[in-house]
Amino acid sequence: MLVETPDGLFCPAGDFFIDPWNPVGRAVITHAHGDHARHGSAAYLCAAPGAGLLRRRLGPDAQIESAPYGQRLRLGGVTVSFHPAGHVLGSAQIRVEGEDGVWVAAGDYKRAADPTCAPFEPVPCDTFITESTFGLPIYRWDATGSVIADIFGWWQSNAGEGRSSVLFCYTIGKAQRVLAELARHTDASVFVHGMMLPMIEAYRDEGVSLLPVKPATDQPRGTSFAGELILAPLPARGTPWMRRLGTHSDAFASGLMRVRGVRRQRAFDRGFVLSDHADWPALLQSINDAGASRVLATHGHAEPLARFLQEQGREAGVIRTAWEGEGAEE
Amino acid sequence: MNRFAKLYDAIDSTTSTNAKVAAMARYFGEAPPADAAWAVFFLTGRRLKRLLPYAAIHDWTIAATGLPSWIIEESYSVVGDGAETAALVLDQLAIVENTAPLPLAAWVGDRILSLRTMDPHTQRERVTAWWAPLDRLQRFVLLKLITGEFRVGVSQTLVVRALAQAWDLPVATVAARLMGDWTPTADWFASLSSSESTDVDQSRPYPFFLASPLEEDVSTLGDPADWILEWKWDGIRAQLVKRGGAIHLWSRGEELITHRFPEIVAAATHLPDGAVLDGEVLAFRDDRPLPFSALQQRIGRQKQVAQMARAVPVVFMTYDLLEKDGEDIRNLPLSERRERLIGLLPPGVLRPSPIVVEGSWEALAEVRTESRTRGVEGLMLKRASSAYGVGRKRGDWWKWKIEPYTIDAVLIYAQPGSGKRASLLTDYTFGVWDQGELVPVAKAYSGLSNEEIAEMDRWIRRHTVERFGPVRHVEPVHVFELGFEGIARSSRHRAGIAVRFPRMLRWRKDKRPEEADTLENVRRLLESATER
Repeated sequence: MLVETPDGLFCPAGDFFIDPWNPVGRAVITHAHGDHARHGSAAYLCAAPGAGLLRRRLGPDAQIESAPYGQRLRLGGVTVSFHPAGHVLGSAQIRVEGEDGVWVAAGDYKRAADPTCAPFEPVPCDTFITESTFGLPIYRWDATGSVIADIFGWWQSNAGEGRSSVLFCYTIGKAQRVLAELARHTDASVFVHGMMLPMIEAYRDEGVSLLPVKPATDQPRGTSFAGELILAPLPARGTPWMRRLGTHSDAFASGLMRVRGVRRQRAFDRGFVLSDHADWPALLQSINDAGASRVLATHGHAEPLARFLQEQGREAGVIRTAWEGEGAEE
Repeated sequence: MNRFAKLYDAIDSTTSTNAKVAAMARYFGEAPPADAAWAVFFLTGRRLKRLLPYAAIHDWTIAATGLPSWIIEESYSVVGDGAETAALVLDQLAIVENTAPLPLAAWVGDRILSLRTMDPHTQRERVTAWWAPLDRLQRFVLLKLITGEFRVGVSQTLVVRALAQAWDLPVATVAARLMGDWTPTADWFASLSSSESTDVDQSRPYPFFLASPLEEDVSTLGDPADWILEWKWDGIRAQLVKRGGAIHLWSRGEELITHRFPEIVAAATHLPDGAVLDGEVLAFRDDRPLPFSALQQRIGRQKQVAQMARAVPVVFMTYDLLEKDGEDIRNLPLSERRERLIGLLPPGVLRPSPIVVEGSWEALAEVRTESRTRGVEGLMLKRASSAYGVGRKRGDWWKWKIEPYTIDAVLIYAQPGSGKRASLLTDYTFGVWDQGELVPVAKAYSGLSNEEIAEMDRWIRRHTVERFGPVRHVEPVHVFELGFEGIARSSRHRAGIAVRFPRMLRWRKDKRPEEADTLENVRRLLESATER
């Protein structure tokens, strides 16, 4: 029902692509991250809570339609519906039902609770396309509460020593999740890099409650950031923009930080293991929950996950992606 | 153990040297002396002899988790560290309710060291029971200790600074007390912190003074007459210590190598007592140095020392005198130390390293070009007025090395690095042409910038022809200029040669793979190396 093409995953019966990496006619989008929502297609379709984010990514001229979670749409010869994936705001598993049964393309997803988006909902199907960004048994996330407590503790201890705390995180999803979770510890404002503001606004538009933020970019010259927490996207690291922040400790919030060598290679002071992707047990859990007779893995460690499933007696394979960098989260 | 694991974590979760030193100083102030003694042992990079092979940990991890072996290997290629891979995977086991936590000294003394005498079955029973109540961090540290691979991002210099800071002692005092052989006990740790000067252990060498590579133009050093120039030998840097009639030879890695070189010991019996020499152990025949690979045969052998001593004779090329008549003379100017040295050396195996004298830097640069034919690596430049310092202090001692051998070779295999490069494909194998085929000649890991590494990593992932486990066979497209320090015949390598310290000098994006060197060209380098 879904086939691999040079432009991405294609549904011939419905004449649409899922998360295509080249411009196509109709693109059905799982979520608004850059490796899933690309510019240039004629028409886009996504889950309703994610429409705001997608609009901000694709610009005012893109033709975007959306549907609430669970609503069934007829596209050509198939029925399509969106179901919460728990990855970021508006992220969706795409269920496609046709003559060949039911397929679910889960996109990126996680099972841990996240106050900024609807929780993952298992969708029974015949073929389940799962992500495998962290598809190895070394990836297992600690409880979100303890990671957030560590982030807060790091911020406070830096503040005690007169340093600012720069936390690098992805602009869509991770930044907002941190802002929502930190509200359990404080009601202080947090500085954010200017690039993050529109995406934070998109979350607020959907009624997500976040700590108050201030742009770190428009402050008058000489503003002291000592003791403050600043959220910034990774590309800002090492740019002249950082100079204004003064003496600081830097950290990265990502599942990649689970591996000591990766954190050391990137030379962050701290690495907080906080991911919007499923860890190994959550992948296996979700594959079980889907009850599919066939599983296809994509992104990251797809080969090992597929082989592991095969050895467990499942029919499993791999779907290639244009995004080969291991652990590309955005 | 918990306190030590926390210290490890504190050191590991900062890139600031001061924060690392502060964390260690706090630990040394708080921990019981018996634990602190072991902490010094491990932090300074000393290891328990590998008690268990990583393979055992691997097998027990499989048994404990029910995971297939290959997925642990696949994980290892991402993590780049066996103990860490196991600790991360073992995270799926619940932590068994904790009994009374055990201090580090008891962990080592009562548990870890007792592994030596156990049969494999008991080892497995014990270790898997030990790790049950530990959290991930402590499991990781335990596995590191029992595989003898504990490494942490501090140098001995930093540990010395932390100890000095904890007790408010001079750095040099602590540094001297940490040299040589010692056993990590509570008493030893107490003596380390003593404010009185104790009888220095008879065998103890001084901290080595190290030279820095000369990066500026040599003319910036001022008048050549202010400098003492020597050849830079390609051997093993060592201190020869004679005190109380006993003779000890210490390598720069602070390993005792006395028994490997009986001819040096024999010659040292003619030295006056209370003398410490700094020099280079060098394979030497017919008045010229042999390549380092010859010396390696002397290091590798435990047995047949006498037989090897005939096959590969060595000398101790002496360039400094640190102690005379039992008196520490490191603060005298080098020129005076050299004078005293010459009067001391008996003829024969203990040779004075000759001083190279020329009037101008231009003339010295000219002499330096003879390095390769003389079998040396270049010149050492030491300020005549310099004291013998501690560690690598820039300004007084420089090494002015010659350019290494270079070839152009094609990237043929890549695999993930270890440690902090574990998620990147950074370990490359290069080939040169032999009858239309690329034959591997060298492996290299260093020399590229982080941006180039990232670019190469992306390229390799998209152009992998074939995978053998973690090793990727890539399309032969990229040419690199490789530099290396030495070249020798080798029957263990397919190309029949082995190169020493290979590294990437340049990514030759301007060259096509057909333009890379041939095996014949490389063999010619070998011939010119052996003729010398």
